[in-house]
Amino acid sequence: MSKKSFRQAINEALRQEMRRDPRVVLMGEDVAGGAGAAGEDDAWGGVLGVTKGLVGEFGRERVLDTPLSESAYIGAAAGAAATGLRPVAELMFVDFMGVCFDQIFNQAAKFRYMFGGHAVTPMVIRMMYGAGFRAASQHSQCLYPIFTHIPGLKVVIPSSAYEAKGLLIQAIRDDDPVIFMENKVLYDQEEEVPDESYTIPFGEANLTREGSDVTIVGIGRMVQIANAAADTLARQGISCTVIDPRTTSPLDTGSILDSVEETGRLVIVDEASPRCNMATDISALVAQEAFGALRAPIRMVCPPHVPVPFAPNLEDLYVPDAARVEAAVRAVMQHAGKQGARA
Amino acid sequence: MQLNREDLLRAYRTMRIIRDFEERLHVEFATGEIPGFVHLYAGEEASAVGVCMHLGDKDHIASTHRGHGHCIAKGCDVSGMMNEIYGRKAGLCGGKGGSMHIADISKGMLGANGIVGGGPPLICGAALTAKVLKTGGVAIAFLGDGASNQGTTLESYNLASIWKLPAVFVVEDNGYAESTAASYAVAGTQSDRAKGFGMPAQVVDGFDFFAVHEAAGAAIERARAGEGPSLIHVQLSRYYGHFEGDGMTYRGAGEVDRLRNDRDCLKRFRSKVTEAALLDASELDSIDHAVAEQIDTSVRNAKSAPPPTEADLLTDVYVAY
Repeated sequence: MSKKSFRQAINEALRQEMRRDPRVVLMGEDVAGGAGAAGEDDAWGGVLGVTKGLVGEFGRERVLDTPLSESAYIGAAAGAAATGLRPVAELMFVDFMGVCFDQIFNQAAKFRYMFGGHAVTPMVIRMMYGAGFRAASQHSQCLYPIFTHIPGLKVVIPSSAYEAKGLLIQAIRDDDPVIFMENKVLYDQEEEVPDESYTIPFGEANLTREGSDVTIVGIGRMVQIANAAADTLARQGISCTVIDPRTTSPLDTGSILDSVEETGRLVIVDEASPRCNMATDISALVAQEAFGALRAPIRMVCPPHVPVPFAPNLEDLYVPDAARVEAAVRAVMQHAGKQGARA
Repeated sequence: MQLNREDLLRAYRTMRIIRDFEERLHVEFATGEIPGFVHLYAGEEASAVGVCMHLGDKDHIASTHRGHGHCIAKGCDVSGMMNEIYGRKAGLCGGKGGSMHIADISKGMLGANGIVGGGPPLICGAALTAKVLKTGGVAIAFLGDGASNQGTTLESYNLASIWKLPAVFVVEDNGYAESTAASYAVAGTQSDRAKGFGMPAQVVDGFDFFAVHEAAGAAIERARAGEGPSLIHVQLSRYYGHFEGDGMTYRGAGEVDRLRNDRDCLKRFRSKVTEAALLDASELDSIDHAVAEQIDTSVRNAKSAPPPTEADLLTDVYVAY
């Protein structure tokens, strides 16, 4: 056990799985960097350095720099997975899904069903998401609801370095296509992460705070925002449970419903655009399955329905923060519904 | 690859199976019993068979929406295919794929594909597997003139070339992308496009089994030897519409009749091998009879076979969820 950054945790997961299984290969733009160039080899190790050092250990046959050609290499990852490799492809920014989505949702995701259960497509597509880098509208989106919508894909959104390592190892060992979403704001954040290999199962939520007044569900980095809000509120006498679903597909609906049955109040914090996102999905789930337990309307803390802006002051306004979560929790606590708020 | 008697009989039998399969589907589709979309390969048989004669189970192909011929040539079970097209549980994909998604991965057949241009990137991946795991396999993308204009195809030419993958791109140019002529929609030539990516290209007459077989042999040998990808531009035609139900009003008067009379790949094969005394006409006749019976049985069985059960709706989405 030692302190590792989110970036190091991902790197270590890749390294350990590549050592364990020679069928695991990496591909993506600049995953090594410097291919064919006169200067330094392994020049980048991914655009933000996540795969740095892997080409030195595993060579260019297993750490494959690709051209800027997402349709070809994401499709190649699907074809390689269906024929015996276990590729981990890096799409760089989730925003680039638009140029290769067919290969993800019409090909990889559907092989198993269309082919009557005879296909196995063990691939992972890693990608960065999220605002906070002043990277504007085409490099800051979340978009995981779109993947979550597609049957055949699994969608993993780690909220910390510890989570990232265990979930990525699980993703690489998983026999289905997995979308692995990395919030770029987290890369430098450190926490204690075991040195040895470990897995975190999909579809099992993690309760990062336990309380009795309000259930807060956070997605990805928003778990940390929810934790910060819960800690502030606890000092003010409001006790919150914070749920990190870890994976949006499969989604641990049981943990969410059980908690709402106890608290009767739900706030969902989702950085994705507010229409048809995880907050609306979980709201619908709870409205349908736990309506009788609700003591206040569900509150969704999401960005406005606009593209991610560039100007720093506007971007800061865009992304949900702890203050907005605290306000939403107070609002559900103060709601005077049929059963009223507890004094 | 030299073709011995057995090879010639196999080539003829496979082309005949494809032809009868498609001709029969044309008739049966009109009865309304076959659900969905069906795109027939009749007329193009020499291409699938000329290429796939060189392949074994460790080699992979990706096909197109017009995929029945590739499936049969790659060894997919004909009854399993017929059941699949009728949406039966005994189909190769349990009735969940249908005509546009027939696959048999155990045979190296990575699927017909409902997305034009969907296959070439997948084939880069299959070729990468062969290269990394050193299986000795090759991977073949069949694509049409329509798909030749898709970005996925051109990106795959590039990726296969820079990674020197054991891949072959077989452009089956039947002259039409749906109703739009290739002469209108394709700029330049297929072989010049290949050359632009540093790939060798051959142009062959797709009605001539022997020409396709020879060109494919050279391309596949080159790929197996680790010398990289290449392209074959197969010039051929389809006898039916883009899909069944297409009235083909865009085709010239008498165009298909002339092709059937003057250029047909099965007729041409038959005259060539009988004139050269390589095979007896009677041997070919008995193949014709046996195949007619095989197709008839497969249709009869498929018509009475049970559909998937309600429980099948929810299975096979994930390996585990």
